[in-house]
Amino acid sequence: MADGILVKQLNAWFGALHVLRDIDLTIAPGAVTAIIGPSGCGKSTFIRCLNRMHEVVPEARAQGQVLLNGEDLYGPRVDPVQVRRRVGMVFQKPNPFPTMSVFDNVAAGLRLDGVRNHALLDEAVEHALHQAALWGEVKDVLGKSGASLSGGQQQRLCIARALAVRPEVLLMDEPCSALDPIATAKIEELIVQLKKALTIVIVTHNMQQAARVSEATAFFLLGELVEFDKTTRIFTNPSDRRTEDYITGRFG
Amino acid sequence: MKARVRRGINAVMEWLTAMSALVVVLPLILILVFLVYQGASALNLDFFIHLPKPVGEPGGGMANAIVGTLILIGLASCLGLPLGILGGVYLAESRDRRLPWVIRFLADVLNGVPSIVIGIFAYTVVVLPLRRFSALAGGFALAVIMLPIVLRTTEELVRLVPASLREAALALGIPEWKVILRVVLPTARAGIITGVMVSIARIAGETAPLLFTAFGNRFWHQGLLQPIAALPLQIFAYAIAPYDDWHRQAWAGALVLIVMIFSSSLIARIVTKGRYSGVR
Repeated sequence: MADGILVKQLNAWFGALHVLRDIDLTIAPGAVTAIIGPSGCGKSTFIRCLNRMHEVVPEARAQGQVLLNGEDLYGPRVDPVQVRRRVGMVFQKPNPFPTMSVFDNVAAGLRLDGVRNHALLDEAVEHALHQAALWGEVKDVLGKSGASLSGGQQQRLCIARALAVRPEVLLMDEPCSALDPIATAKIEELIVQLKKALTIVIVTHNMQQAARVSEATAFFLLGELVEFDKTTRIFTNPSDRRTEDYITGRFG
Repeated sequence: MKARVRRGINAVMEWLTAMSALVVVLPLILILVFLVYQGASALNLDFFIHLPKPVGEPGGGMANAIVGTLILIGLASCLGLPLGILGGVYLAESRDRRLPWVIRFLADVLNGVPSIVIGIFAYTVVVLPLRRFSALAGGFALAVIMLPIVLRTTEELVRLVPASLREAALALGIPEWKVILRVVLPTARAGIITGVMVSIARIAGETAPLLFTAFGNRFWHQGLLQPIAALPLQIFAYAIAPYDDWHRQAWAGALVLIVMIFSSSLIARIVTKGRYSGVR
């Protein structure tokens, strides 16, 4: 069973700009949690704090606790590199490595961690491509450049690449914003499949998408967590006025 | 009516820009034509395999100078490329602001220093202490010329690698040094190689910094601590000599030098057109 994440008093800054304020949130294991909110509300920053990618940006820093299976990812002896192996990430725009083939893209995480065994790599790559529902489409073009695939295929390739290192959690930062509706539908199907094995956190601007794929939804506004509840409740009977205004399109 | 005027202006402007682009490469075409015209007659097998003949005797070749130039380029590359590429990666990747800014500024100044001055510098720090002109001193002078070019092009090309690729690799739990070595540099590879070829083309023809470092030599190379022949030096010496035969050989030498630079650029272009292209 996948592990859940417990976020306690998480704060984040870009230089002097305070972009996340005192976030407390419990992300259920083996489920999809959606993060919604207007642009600039701190959604992306929030999920980037969950695998310590936030601090990669110069002058960005974060403070607080993020407990994965009880272990604080911001603990003093924790190596961010190890955190990112356990908490994978898929980005807004598909970003396959342009110098690598389809196969090498998926194998990259394992290979750069020192795995040399061919049988092991073959198996891991095939498994990850199956998981990403891409195997059937690329099994004959594994040697071709990852950049030669279509946009939707590239994004599933990036999902396969993230899955190949067998993370416990998968973070998705608006994974469909650069895709057409058909490719989007495929990714959504995939998310529903994947949550059986993983904990998924997805940032989205598309509220129908949040309603379709997630069990729980968090609404962020101006760096604060306004409301967090079951998705059905957020979209039918939100308790905060601001949430209601946002999902009914009155602002944002 | 208006549309016709617009189309007319469009045609004129297109013609004007095309002509301007042509004029830019015209000197190169003229140089090539002129070199072939003047130098081809002195080009024969002897030119490539024989040493220069003593004054007064016709014939002979510049084989020693061709080899010498290759050795000097090799020496300069051994010194300049690793430093330039590593330094370029530092400039592009460092989170520090001040030191890279200072280095970048100084590298641009160094790039503008006249090559004769770099020759004097190499003379002072290598030739004087060793008390001799040498291939090593020549290679050192050329390396100093090539360094800022390699440094800055590497930096620019590493910067061109999209941040999204870097982030994708970091998010896989790959340590930063491996991200740079296995993802960023391969993506920038084609561009870096082009930059390296540009810098080699630049130093291959340098004459001034070799005058009092490599010095020139009428014989085969005799070790890195001895004076060594180089094509530009030989061309210079032959061109100012009072013999018609030497003038023809100087033209031929210039032709060979140009063809060497031309073909190395061409080969680099072909080689870097790999299966998957990254940043160019």
